[in-house]
Amino acid sequence: MQQEQKTHLIRALSKNVRYDGRKALEYRPITVEYGVSKSAEGSARVRIGGTEVLAGVKIETSTPYPDTPNKGNLMVNAELYPMSNPDFEAGPPSEQATELARVVDRAIRESKCIDVKNLVIKAGEKVWGVIIDICTINDEGGLHDAAALAALAALKDTRMPKLDENNNVDYEADKTDEKLPLSREPVEVTIIKVGDNFFVDPLSAEEKVIEARLTAGVTEKGTLCALQKGGPAPLTVDEIDKMIEIAQKLAPELRKAL
Amino acid sequence: MTYDKRFDGRGFDELRPMSAKVGIVPRADGSAMFQAGNTIAYAAVYGPRDLHPKFLQNPETAIVRISYNMMPFSGHGNRVRPGGGRRAKEISMVMRNALLPVLNLKNYPNSVIDIFIELPQTDAGTRAAAITAAAMALADAGIEMTDLVCAIAAGRVEDKIVIDLNYEEDSHENGADIPVAVIPNSGKVTLLQMDGEVTREQIKECITKARDACKKIYEVQKAALKDRFVRGK
Repeated sequence: MQQEQKTHLIRALSKNVRYDGRKALEYRPITVEYGVSKSAEGSARVRIGGTEVLAGVKIETSTPYPDTPNKGNLMVNAELYPMSNPDFEAGPPSEQATELARVVDRAIRESKCIDVKNLVIKAGEKVWGVIIDICTINDEGGLHDAAALAALAALKDTRMPKLDENNNVDYEADKTDEKLPLSREPVEVTIIKVGDNFFVDPLSAEEKVIEARLTAGVTEKGTLCALQKGGPAPLTVDEIDKMIEIAQKLAPELRKAL
Repeated sequence: MTYDKRFDGRGFDELRPMSAKVGIVPRADGSAMFQAGNTIAYAAVYGPRDLHPKFLQNPETAIVRISYNMMPFSGHGNRVRPGGGRRAKEISMVMRNALLPVLNLKNYPNSVIDIFIELPQTDAGTRAAAITAAAMALADAGIEMTDLVCAIAAGRVEDKIVIDLNYEEDSHENGADIPVAVIPNSGKVTLLQMDGEVTREQIKECITKARDACKKIYEVQKAALKDRFVRGK
């Protein structure tokens, strides 16, 4: 069954057409909605076609890790809810959820989008903790790119909470107008390889027959801030170079939706 | 002390603004969103579907599993750790009991109906919103039902009986919180919990007012379901 689907997909891709009529390097419509959860310090909903992801940012005060007294804490977590896909199971984070969260984390951390050195309240004693939770509502494929975009949108929506006299967050008070200092805008583009074809923004049915995948974090300058190869098939250097070129070309399209 | 005016200015019997939408999770067999004030509940139903492992199957009926979950950023104050705790487990259980009386499960032997509840934003009354959303999602999934289920919290703040408590009222130190679920056409109660301190008379008043409020919720549910099916959205 999967082999037939794959043959069908490869034949379609050779004519530059997809199951849903898109071209190989074409995204489904992308929308971003801000402030979707008043409980969070920042939040956003991203839809890419039928795929829907929520991201929320909680800002906490915490003590720095002993080995990094002058750095705040940044954490990215992904929840692949069984609500969003019948293949997802309840329970501790799966390999897929962990990978998704870590690749988004890498793009935000390594691009210095959030510079953790700016999150210090009192060196060695008190720092800000920024926790980004990515929650899937409906998965029709292409979660990586949607998750990274939602995380960035939620960070842009974030307003810092008030501190009380002991430098702890006062959640009862209204949030301040102060934004989280963001220096970069990394997005992620995932390129899929099946046969000799490359394409982006896979549908769930297309994800099932993936041979290799490369997720690239791309900054607004076009530089790369994260890479993750997935899928069982190996890639040649030329293929990687071609995939990165595609990512750099398409990243502004994602950023445009912000 | 007397409670003369509600913290958010509502009348004592006044519900928070409600909205509902059916079909919010296209991948699911049925789904719905219900919002009351700043509390938002998403519900998605999968099933009836095969139940594994097989020894859990019941040849006489489908079984219903419910998972109630707050998104990590949806709480008041600190982040809610994912994975659920004792509270989520208990709410899932009482929700199941609240919904089972309207479900005809005998026609789906050996199968399971999974109901997933996710809350992106909360301001008290989450289990009530979750039940109200779940009932719509079950109807959307085409599960055989004899009625919907509507739910609301009633309670006491100081000397007053109030309906549809928000977080400020729910966490008020002198008061009580009484979530109630009702089958709208029979008026029977399928969920009743209480924490706080009240008299017997006050309980009766709370349940009566909750039943009246559920009539309004029922209309919102019906309108949302009609919106989905009549206009074929």
